[in-house]
Amino acid sequence: MTSIRSTAAELVQALADGSTTSVELTQLHLDRIAAVDTTADGRGVHAFLHVDGEGALAQAAESDVRRARGEVRGPLDGVPIAVKDVLTTRGLPTTCGSKILEGWIPPYDATVVARLRAAGLPILGKTNMDEFAMGSSTEHSAYGPTRNPWDLDRIPGGSGGGSAAAVAAFEAPLAIGTDTGGSIRQPGAVTGTVGVKPTYGGVSRYGLVALANSLDQAGPVTRTVLDAAMLHDLIGGHDPRDSTSIQQAWPSFTEAAKAGATGDMSGVKVGVITELAGEGWQAGVMARFQESVDLLVKAGAEVVEVSCPSFVHALAAYYLILPAEASSNLAKFDAMRYGLRVVPDGDPSAEEVMRATRDAGFGDEVKRRIILGTYALSSGYYDAYYGQAQKIRTLISRDFEAAFASVDVLVSPTAPTTAFKLGEKLDDPMAMYLNDLATIPANLAGVPGISVPNGLADEDGLPSGFQVLAPALADDRVYRVGAALEAMYAEQWGGPLLDRAPGLETE
Amino acid sequence: MPEISRAEVAHLATLARIDLSDAELDHLAPQLSVILESVASINGVAGDDVPPTSHALPLTNVFREDVVVPGLTAEEALSGAPAAEGHRFSVPRILGEEQ
Repeated sequence: MTSIRSTAAELVQALADGSTTSVELTQLHLDRIAAVDTTADGRGVHAFLHVDGEGALAQAAESDVRRARGEVRGPLDGVPIAVKDVLTTRGLPTTCGSKILEGWIPPYDATVVARLRAAGLPILGKTNMDEFAMGSSTEHSAYGPTRNPWDLDRIPGGSGGGSAAAVAAFEAPLAIGTDTGGSIRQPGAVTGTVGVKPTYGGVSRYGLVALANSLDQAGPVTRTVLDAAMLHDLIGGHDPRDSTSIQQAWPSFTEAAKAGATGDMSGVKVGVITELAGEGWQAGVMARFQESVDLLVKAGAEVVEVSCPSFVHALAAYYLILPAEASSNLAKFDAMRYGLRVVPDGDPSAEEVMRATRDAGFGDEVKRRIILGTYALSSGYYDAYYGQAQKIRTLISRDFEAAFASVDVLVSPTAPTTAFKLGEKLDDPMAMYLNDLATIPANLAGVPGISVPNGLADEDGLPSGFQVLAPALADDRVYRVGAALEAMYAEQWGGPLLDRAPGLETE
Repeated sequence: MPEISRAEVAHLATLARIDLSDAELDHLAPQLSVILESVASINGVAGDDVPPTSHALPLTNVFREDVVVPGLTAEEALSGAPAAEGHRFSVPRILGEEQ
C-alpha cells in the first residue's frame, strides 16, 4: 500500500507491480501540499512558491499511458518531484526567491529539469529558497520563510529549506536542491532528511541561476539514501551545455547505496575531521555524531582522527569568494532583458532605471553580498581579499588531498546546531554564516558530500545530521557509507527518524 | 582592522548600480564592517608560494562539437522583457542630455 510516507524506491516498485498509478501518486502529494503547505492560520510549511497541479497530473497521465504500453522510460518514470526555484523550468515561474524575477517564466529548461521530464517524473512545483540561494534559513526568501515540519517556529535550513521541508513534510517523495556552501546538506540535517552535494561538475549547471558558479552544484534531496542515489543516477552525467561538466562515465550510485545498506563497513577507513568540533558546537549534535562514529566502528570501519588545519579559514575564504562571484553574476539583473523594471519619475537614464530596479528588486542579504563582493574585487583590496581567499582555497584542497591519501572518507556533523528559531539570526549575518562551517570546505574543493539523519539532540529533540565527504569523483563512497549508517539506525530505531516527527495539524 | 565607512558603502553601491536609501546605508555599513572584520583573519595565512585556485576543476578551453543546434526564437528571447518593440528589447535612454 503506497502512501505519502512511501519512499521513492517503494513507489517505483508499486508502479511496476501495478498497485498504484502515477496519477494516483501525484494526486496524493498534491492533496498533501494543499493540506499542509498553506494554512488559514498562516503557519503552513510553505515549502512551495508555485504548485503546478494541472501540469503534474498531465505528466502523470502520460506516464501511466506509457506504462500501459510497456514504454517505461526509466525506474523513476511516474514518481513526482519538487524542484528548487533556482532551476529554470520552461513554462513554469522561476523566481529564485527574489522579487526581481517575480512572474518570470523561462523560455527554456535547465538540463536537470529536462532530464527529469525526459525520464517521466511529474513536476509538482517549485520550492522556496533564500533569495538567489543566499542564506542558511530560507528566511531571506522575498516570499516569506519556509517552516521546519519538526517545529513550525523554526527554520528548515537554507538556502534549500523549501526542498528539504517538502520531503520532510511528505509533500513530495523527491526534490532537487542546489548546494553552494551547504544549501542541500544543512537543510537535510535540520529537517531529518537526506541531501547530497555531488562532485563539482557531476551534475549539469545549465539553467541553474548562478550564485557562485565555481561553487554551485545541484543534487538530490530525499528521505532515504537509496532514493538520493537513484535520483543522482538520473540527473548526473556529462552535459555539453555546461563547460564545467565532467566528461566521464559514472558508476551506479544506486548499486553503491544498495551495497552500503548491507551494513558491512569492513575495510573502510574513516577520518574524523578534528577542526570541525569544539566551541560553538551544540552538545547534543556532538553526542549524536560520536554515536554515529561508534556505529561505523561496530560495522567494521577503521576510524582515525584527521587534521585539516586550513579548514578554520574556509568560512572567511568562502564569504569573500562567494560575494565576489555573486556580485558579478547578479549584474545581469539590469531591468533590460527580463525581470522587474522600476522607472523613476522624470526621464530617467538606463543607469537610473537599473539602480532603482536593483534597489526595489533585491532584498537585504543580496544587497549585503553584492556590496561585499564589489568591495572584495575593487582595486586596492583585490589582493588582500579575493586573491588571498583563492590561495586559501588551494590550501583547503591540499588538506583534502592529504587526508584522502590516508582515509577513504571524512566525516563531521553536518551543521553545528539543530534548527534555530525563525528570526533569531536574521539580522546578524555572521551568526547566520556560521551554520555553513562544516559544509563549506567541500564546495571550495569541489568534493562530494552527503548528510544523513543521525538522531535527535537531547536539548531540544530536533534532528541532527552526519556528513560524509569523499574525494572528487568518488561520490559512490558517500552513498555506500551513508546507506550503511542509515541501515544501522533504521534497525536501532525500528524505522526512519521522520517517524518521530510530530504530525502536522491536519493529521 | 578593516573599517568600512558609510561613504564607502555609498560608493560601492554606485559601482554595483543599487540605489540605497539613507536608512539602508545606516543599516548596512556597520554590518559590512563586522563581516569584513571576521574575514580579515585570512590575511597573511597563505604565502606567495601558494598558487590561487579559481575553480575546483582545472579545465581550459572546453568546446562543444561545431554543429548547429536550435536556440531560442526571437519571441522566446523577448518573452520576459519588461518592454519590447519590433523584435528588439526596448530600453530607457542610454546617454544623458549633456552627452
